[in-house]
Amino acid sequence: MLDVKGLHTYYGRAHILADVALSVAKGEVVVLLGRNGAGKSTTMKSIMGLVPARAGVIRFLDQDITGRESHAIARMGLGYVPEDRRIFAELTVMENLEVGRQKPREGAPTWTAERLFAIFPNLAEMRDRPGGRMSGGEQQMLTIARTLMGNPRAILLDEPSEGLAPVIVEQMANTIKALKSEGLTVVLSEQNLHFAHLVADRAYIIEKGRIRYTGTMGELAANDSVRAQYLSV
Amino acid sequence: MDFLLVQFLNGLASASSLFLVASGLSIIFGVSRIVNFAHGSFYMLGAYVAWTLTRGLDWVAFGHLGFWGGILIAAVVVGLLGVIVEILLLRRIYQAPELFQLLATFGVVLIVQDATLWIWGAQDLLGPRAPGMRGAIDIMGQRFPQYEMLLIVIGPAVLGLLWLLFHRTRWGTLVRAATLDREMVAALGVDQKLLFTSIFFLGSFLAALGGGLQLPREPVQLNMDLAIIADAFVVVVVGGMGSVGGAYLAALLIAELQAFMLFVPDFALFGVTVSISKMTLIPSFLVMAVVLVVRPYGLLGRPPSHARIAGAVEPVVRATPAELKWLGYAALALLVVLPFFVGDYGLIVATEILIMVLVAASLHFMMGPGGMASFGHAAYFGLGAYGAALMTKHLMAPMAVGLAAGPLLAGLFGILFGWFCVRLSGVYLAMLTLAFAQIVWSIAFQWVAMTGGDNGLLGIWPDSWATGKDVYYYLTLALCVAGVLVLRRMIYAPFGYALRAGRDSPLRAEAIGIDVVRVQWAAFTVAAVFAGLAGALFVYFKGSVFPTYASIPKSVDALMMVLMGGVQTITGPLIGAVVYMGLHEQLVRLTELWRLVLGASIIALVLAFPQGIAGFVVRLWLKGKAEDL
Ligand SMILES: Nc1ncnc2c1ncn2[C@@H]1O[C@H](COP(=O)(O)OP(=O)(O)OP(=O)(O)O)[C@@H](O)[C@H]1O
Ligand SMILES: [Mg+2]
Repeated sequence: MLDVKGLHTYYGRAHILADVALSVAKGEVVVLLGRNGAGKSTTMKSIMGLVPARAGVIRFLDQDITGRESHAIARMGLGYVPEDRRIFAELTVMENLEVGRQKPREGAPTWTAERLFAIFPNLAEMRDRPGGRMSGGEQQMLTIARTLMGNPRAILLDEPSEGLAPVIVEQMANTIKALKSEGLTVVLSEQNLHFAHLVADRAYIIEKGRIRYTGTMGELAANDSVRAQYLSV
Repeated sequence: MDFLLVQFLNGLASASSLFLVASGLSIIFGVSRIVNFAHGSFYMLGAYVAWTLTRGLDWVAFGHLGFWGGILIAAVVVGLLGVIVEILLLRRIYQAPELFQLLATFGVVLIVQDATLWIWGAQDLLGPRAPGMRGAIDIMGQRFPQYEMLLIVIGPAVLGLLWLLFHRTRWGTLVRAATLDREMVAALGVDQKLLFTSIFFLGSFLAALGGGLQLPREPVQLNMDLAIIADAFVVVVVGGMGSVGGAYLAALLIAELQAFMLFVPDFALFGVTVSISKMTLIPSFLVMAVVLVVRPYGLLGRPPSHARIAGAVEPVVRATPAELKWLGYAALALLVVLPFFVGDYGLIVATEILIMVLVAASLHFMMGPGGMASFGHAAYFGLGAYGAALMTKHLMAPMAVGLAAGPLLAGLFGILFGWFCVRLSGVYLAMLTLAFAQIVWSIAFQWVAMTGGDNGLLGIWPDSWATGKDVYYYLTLALCVAGVLVLRRMIYAPFGYALRAGRDSPLRAEAIGIDVVRVQWAAFTVAAVFAGLAGALFVYFKGSVFPTYASIPKSVDALMMVLMGGVQTITGPLIGAVVYMGLHEQLVRLTELWRLVLGASIIALVLAFPQGIAGFVVRLWLKGKAEDL
């Protein structure tokens, strides 16, 4: 469904991503693991066309999307949930959802505000509250709900567990599993290995902008040396 | 009492027209972050097109419908023109530095000015009165025109409609979201091109509607564009950029103050009559001053959320290479012997260019190392000119006194205006400098008793010892070279380092004990002083002074000189001044339509080098270096 090959990305003259390759099949939940500054967010932004890829090919649904504009990529059914949430602070919950709304898409789950409120009950109670006056956890729910309003086939979730209390993290994991069971393809980035184990099928480990390891979650769990080398703090 | 009420209503009516224009500007800025200089041109075109249409349609005997329909159709036509400008020009420069965007839209202003002159001619056009609204109504014994009553209603009505549009439609929700975070909106699948284009239509439509509705109130003239844009800038800054409600509030405040200011009696200051009631820009200034002190981002505005992403990294100022130094000495030597080789005409051109070099160097000082882009540098040039001229004219002071008084006056205003300006940054600062410059211009224009108004002050010649063209040339050469060298010296002095530290990283500079605001304030004042010196030199050179010395086009000239040469280098602006003045001189001589050609050249330059010419050269240079490795 999503295929990245030989991706190189620069910020100005700083070479951030070098030869990144990933491949995600339909219905899979894949996690991109790495420490702070490893290049997880940059990978997602490059896929989304938010930062230009200097070299490499990004394919989504068997189409080359390298260099396309973000809105065109989103329109193909690739959703993006940024790490810093980026809620429209002055818009209400309902208005935030409205911005994300797109037409129903064949072969992807169809969402309405009401269906999303069933998954995120907290949001249902604050429909008219401005996004700026919500807690971090509530905002995190809202960004995910907002992206789902676009009825995506696949979503890129950048560190969904970041800054959330343990209870909420569990809840988030359940949500992602629920999305998977709807048939959604999910790529998430994480530093939290525990959380990754709860939801993911496969993992890529990225360090200093290069992919260092790839395997199933089971294989990763068995490989102490890789974990020690790339993930322990 | 009744009279006060009528005055209050007058204020409300003026507020409505001001609001229509300012809200359009504010909406466009909110989404596109472009300060659209051409907005005033759309206002003017709205009036001109409506003038043509209302007469045409009336003639076809649509009657009442002809008038109202004409104004509406004119607004739609101009709205579509806004769309064309957006698609052809602005779409290509959304990523360019703010200053270049401002310049490009100023290019549009120049082109529209010549086009309007060409189509409608230079004379003022009197519009028709509004059919069915020619009478007046009786308000507590005072007669009040019906049409003004209509305007009073239109302002809040448009405000309400805009509110509905922004809060009750999907389009409005998307626009508000884009105002907050454009990139996120795109990542959610919204095509911003359509959003931007439609917002330009709405903004230009509102400006043109404002212009068209002025038809029954005042004649249509060629200077409507720059007159309204300064007012609109003030309203937008006071109301908060991007806030429609703020724009209405600000328009109301300013228009009411203007209405009531008519009652301030004239008084005498040092024996000169001051008639506040004629200086209509003063209340704008007062409101702006108070608001910016209390709320730097306007009444209902908020601090800019996303500062420019990945702004260009300013290169370090390097020590002057030896070759350049020798080139400088050579140029100086050439200038010293110049009078032996060229005649009076050559000396006149050379003197003017020297003065402009000083202007460019002073503007560069605040823009380059100071990081403060000024769109109103002509204010200090003009103040310097008037400072000198007033000394000689009213006090019969010798030239030396005038040459000192000019920079002094400019410096004093630099201190006053700078105090406000350094509290803002980027495009907010640029708009504020422009508004201040407009105030200086309006004082020069409106305080007839002191400045002679539009007729200026004439017969201000140098003392007898300096009347020779060559003597005055040497005097100019000495003062300008000294000025440029002093500015240069300051850039390399600790003061210059502190200034650059404040520009590159205000927080870190504060942390190491630099009072950034103070340093910038000082730099602002220094720039004003040297621009003032240039202005004073210019007065004795020309023998006269006019309000145009402080006008917007003069400010743009200064800006063009610096940008052509490049903000990043110290020598660039000097070369820029020489090249630009030469070009300007030739253009004015060669063609009647010099504004059109100049505007088109500005646009072409911005489109060709959206990162600035110097940025372009620096990149070429870096590329060359990289290939060397
Ligand atoms: N806008 C930017 N300009 C320059 N460098 C950047 C920018 N954004 C990120 N970087 C650099 O790129 C590298 C990768 O950053 P990225 O945000 O992709 O890391 P990450 O893996 O998402 O880290 P985190 O877990 O902290 O979110 C880092 O070294 C970072 O400093
Ligand atoms: Mg990240």
